[in-house]
This record gives sequence, structure tokens and C-alpha cells, in this order.
Amino acid sequence: VKTSRVLNTDIRDLFKQEGRLVDDEFLTELYAILVRTDMGAGPAGKIRDQIKSEYRGRVVHLGEVLQTVKDELVALMQQPETPIVFAESGPTVVMVVGVNGSGKTTSIAKLAGHLKAEGKSVVLGAGDTFRAAAVEQLSIWADRLGVDIVKAEQGTDPASVAFKAVDFAVQNNKDIVILDTAGRLQTQKNLMNELDKIRRVAGKKVPEAPHEVLLVLDATAGQNGISQAQGFSEAAQCTGIILTKLDGSAKGGVVVPIRQTFNLPVKYIGVGETPADFALFNAEQFGDALFEDALGGR
Amino acid sequence: MKSLRGKGKLSEANMRDGLKMVEEALLEADVAYPVVQDFMARVSEEALGQQVLKSLNPDQQLVGVVHEQLIELLGPVDPSLRLDKDVTVLMMCGLQGAGKTTTCGKLARLIGTEGKKALLVAADLQRPAAVQQLHVVGESVGAKVYSEEGASDPIAVCQNAVKYARENGISVVILDTAGRLAIDEELMEQLKTIDRKIVPDQCFLVVDGMTGQDAVNSAKAFNDALELDGVIMTKLDGDARGGALLSVKHVTGVPIKFIGVSEHMDGLEPFYADRMAGRILGMGDVLSMVDLA
Ligand SMILES: Nc1nc2c(ncn2[C@@H]2O[C@H](COP(=O)(O)OP(=O)(O)OP(=O)(O)O)[C@@H](O)[C@H]2O)c(=O)[nH]1
Ligand SMILES: Nc1nc2c(ncn2[C@@H]2O[C@H](COP(=O)(O)OP(=O)(O)OP(=O)(O)O)[C@@H](O)[C@H]2O)c(=O)[nH]1
Ligand SMILES: [Mg+2]
Ligand SMILES: [Mg+2]
Repeated sequence: VKTSRVLNTDIRDLFKQEGRLVDDEFLTELYAILVRTDMGAGPAGKIRDQIKSEYRGRVVHLGEVLQTVKDELVALMQQPETPIVFAESGPTVVMVVGVNGSGKTTSIAKLAGHLKAEGKSVVLGAGDTFRAAAVEQLSIWADRLGVDIVKAEQGTDPASVAFKAVDFAVQNNKDIVILDTAGRLQTQKNLMNELDKIRRVAGKKVPEAPHEVLLVLDATAGQNGISQAQGFSEAAQCTGIILTKLDGSAKGGVVVPIRQTFNLPVKYIGVGETPADFALFNAEQFGDALFEDALGGR
Repeated sequence: MKSLRGKGKLSEANMRDGLKMVEEALLEADVAYPVVQDFMARVSEEALGQQVLKSLNPDQQLVGVVHEQLIELLGPVDPSLRLDKDVTVLMMCGLQGAGKTTTCGKLARLIGTEGKKALLVAADLQRPAAVQQLHVVGESVGAKVYSEEGASDPIAVCQNAVKYARENGISVVILDTAGRLAIDEELMEQLKTIDRKIVPDQCFLVVDGMTGQDAVNSAKAFNDALELDGVIMTKLDGDARGGALLSVKHVTGVPIKFIGVSEHMDGLEPFYADRMAGRILGMGDVLSMVDLA
């Protein structure tokens, strides 16, 4: 249950009025609402200026203006509801990447649970051989979900684990392999190159692999998300985003400039710590949530 | 930065563009909007009427004022851990994945280098393999880890751990709590109960350096629940500007103790307000001109 937010200007009060003149004060308030979603000062400023040129001097309802903005953002963020394109034959290989602590391992558990429920057979590859107890963490999820896991000792070359996991899937006719990777910052060149190596090794076993490379992005992240999207896309050729921790009060608005700049779609969202807390990304709901505080949604 | 006409004094007119530029820089660095507003008001007031130094233009002079004010707001700096009791208890708290467990290990290592022993306490009974993770971390820094097999009540674990430390002559206890969302009332209540029953000497909020606008909300909630004593910002080894630190400082007022700059156990550095101010603001080239002036 969300408690009332701190530090929010009381925008709901504005609704008691009959409408407002679009003046500097109005535009500043709109800007504040936009910035608070983490979409960034640049995109927020553009929207503000657009509203200014369209409505300046007129009397409007803030809610209606936000609705217009929302509709545009929803249109931008739309994407077909076929998040994962499966391989025509042989296993589909999904690689999961992202910065430290963004929610990769947990998202893998969620995705595995989701795919298993659709009747697919899933293998997890414990490719984070660096972080303390990362393998144990994924193993616990594999146990709980009843899916296979391929793992190796801490310190093993992650590419070799990836190879073994894909190989296991081929040998055992599994539908999906999901490869966990250690968290890394996009500025760490060597570690970023390692992702490319994992890609290549997976491709040796299954020519098209990896079929999907999902970037796990924490919704509480701010503008660094853009750098993450760029760095991981360059190193690992990401095909989509899993936006996690949307159960908090952060909005994850940085995916807006990410979509604009890199055309990287959000495929799934994480809304909690259990496998059930997972859903397909829905642009309409995302848009609603962006402005729900401002619109007095709750 | 373009050089403006009219030297002399900083005025509303010759600061307008500069202020706007600074505001945008801070927002791009993820300083929360209301915090930026307060800060800009403070800067304008401080800067208005200031004599512009001969070698600088008004924009540069303004950036100098901004930098000074940032340093002032990020301070006062107090890296001490004050481990002066028979058993000093430190508690970590923060959002999921912020870096609490790793930071526990880093602190234990630091305390070890100061000739004291730290006991790491596995009070995260929620995240899969959190207890094992702490054991691996503890082992790598040579710190003992207290955990209870099959435990389900983190409060009891903490109480027993403190008792264990007393009985075994371990002078510092570090509680690794589970990550939680500030709006998760049940888990925040649990944290308050640990705080009430254990009465830790210091409670540190661990904040991810990549955090965006929401930092004000979460930091305020943790501070309201626990009365924080310090802040540690992690993952500053990347290219995040770390503006959330200003947000956190603004709403909590507590000192920033350390920054995390690596996944490795030696990746904990003392906090320097001037470096952080420069990082948040960007504009390194302007700042070096201001320094020369
Ligand atoms: N509230 C919430 N917590 C989440 C969500 N996804 C993951 N978490 C939590 O975030 C923390 C980090 O998740 P992990 O899955 O370990 O993240 P990771 O990216 O694998 O981390 P590293 O491997 O260390 O880089 C854990 O405490 C998870 O339970 C989510 O959608 N909502
Ligand atoms: N690059 C970098 N990574 C860090 C730093 N501090 C922690 N990490 C990494 O961030 C991830 C999460 O760290 P944890 O210590 O597990 O975070 P936590 O807050 O205990 O997570 P939960 O218990 O799930 O809430 C791990 O991959 C750590 O290695 C840091 O300063 N720099
Ligand atoms: Mg992981
Ligand atoms: Mg932890």
C-alpha cells in the first residue's frame, strides 16, 4: 500500500479550480511533474515547451494537459505483445545483463516461472561466477521453480558456463536457456567485453544464439539508465529491457529517453521479489503510473 | 560556456542563463527536483551582488558560488565510526540491491585494519542465499559471521548476535538487514522493531549511486523510521553523477560517511565533499578556471 508521498506539491488542489491559465507557474509545475518521473530534464523541457507553444495564455485543466502528454508517451512506448521471439528449432537462448543489483537473478527466476507456466522447459545457466553466493541464489530459485540449472564453481569462466548450459539444452531438448551474468558497470571495459565473449560462445552451439539479450534496469535509477542502455547495447546488443522494482514509488521514466534514443523496448516489468511479481510491459499502465500522483490517482 | 557581457556584479539579469544551466546540470545529475529548487534559491541569494573577479565572467563566478554551496550542503564531513563502546552496534538499511551486504564486508575489513574485530550478522532472512553471501563476504575479510540455521525472525537473530559478541569479546557488531522498499509498511515496521529492541549505536542508509528522483522519498522514509546516523553511497566507480546524494543529504541532514567504489572489499573510500560536489555539477573545466582565479 502506497502511503502519501512526501515533497509532492499538492496538485490535487488545482482540481478544485475551474481550470488554469497556462502561464509560467503552470509550466513550471508541469515540468516538475515530468522531471519527477526520471525522464530527464531534456525530454521534460521539450514537452513543457511544446505545451507552452500550444496552450500558452489559454485556460486548461492540468489533468487534461497531462492526459495529452501521457497519450503521446504511451504511443512512443507501445510495442507488440510478443516479448520473446522463440527459435524456430532448438533452444531459444536468452541472456540477461545489467549493472550490479538491478535485479537480474530475480528477474531470471520470474521469467523462468512465467515460461514454465506456458509449458516450456527451461534451463538456467549460472553465469555469475563472481559475486558471493550468486550461484547459490540462482540454485535456490531453480529448486523452487523446479527447473534445471547448469552451474560451475565460483571463479569459473562465465563463457564456459554459458556454453555448458546451451549444450545441456541442446542435448536434452529444452525449449529455453536463460543465462545469468554477473552485475557490471557499463564503464568497465574488460567486463563488458566478457559479455561479447559469452554471446559468441552461445552462438557456437546454437547459430542464432543469443536470441534475446535483456537489459535489467532498476526503476529507481535516474539518468545513468541512459548510459547503461548505451553501454550494454554496444557490448551485448540488447534486444529489450526488463524494468524492475516498479512496486516502489519510483516511476522508471528513464525508459522514455532510452526508447527515443536507442529504440530499446521494455518487454517485462518486475513488481516485487517473488516470481509472481512479473508482468508483460503495458504502455498504457506505465503511462498511468507516471502521472498517478499528479492526477490524484490515490 | 559563452561569456557574458557586463562584468561588475552578479545581478538577476546576468545570472539568468547561468542559473538555468546549473539547474539543468543538477537535474541531469539526478538531484531531486524540490531539492534543486531549494538549492537554486539559496545560490541566487548568495550570489546576488557578488563582485565578479577580474579573470572570470559572471557565469564562471556563479559556478564558483554553486560549487561552494554544494560543498557546504554536502558537509560537514565526519568519517568517524565512533566505535568506543564495549560493543558498538552498526545497522545497515536501504532499498533492495543497494549494496548493503557488500558494504557490511567492506566496513568489517576497515574496522579490522584499525585493530578491532567485527561480527557480521545475517539478519536478511528474505533474499535467497543472503546468508551464504554474507558468509562468503565475511570469510574474505576475515570477519566472523553470525547466522542461525532455519531462523525466521531477524529481530531474534540480532538480539542473539549482540549477546554472542558480548560473550566473545567482539567489539563491533554489523547488522545486515534485508533490502526493502520505503513504502513497504510491514517491512519498515520490522526495521523499526529491530531499531527499538537492539538500539543500534549507529544506523547507516546505503544508497545506490545511480538512484534518480525518488531518492528524496526513500531517504525520508528511512530517516523517519530510524533516525539515521550516516549515509554510504555505493557504485560510484561508474559514470553515475551521484546527484541523489544531495537529495539524501537534504532530507536527512546526516553526514555522508563513505562511498563505495568497487565490488571488492577494499572498495570503500572516505567521503570528500569537494570531489563529490565537482562530480555532481560536472563542469570540471569551469571549476578549474574558478580555482585559478
Ligand atoms: N521490490 C523489488 N525488489 C526486487 C525486484 N527485482 C529484484 N528485487 C530485489 O533486488 C535485489 C537484487 O536483486 P538480484 O536479482 O540479486 O539482482 P542482480 O542484478 O542479480 O544483482 P547482482 O547479481 O549482484 O548484480 C534483491 O533483494 C531482489 O529481491 C522488484 O521488481 N521489486
Ligand atoms: N561496482 C560496484 N558494485 C557494488 C558496490 N557495492 C556493491 N556492489 C554490487 O552491487 C550488487 C548488490 O550488492 P549487495 O551488497 O548484494 O546489495 P544489498 O543491498 O545487500 O542487496 P539486497 O540484500 O538484495 O537488498 C552486488 O553485485 C555487489 O557486488 C560498489 O561500490 N561498486
Ligand atoms: Mg545476480
Ligand atoms: Mg543484502
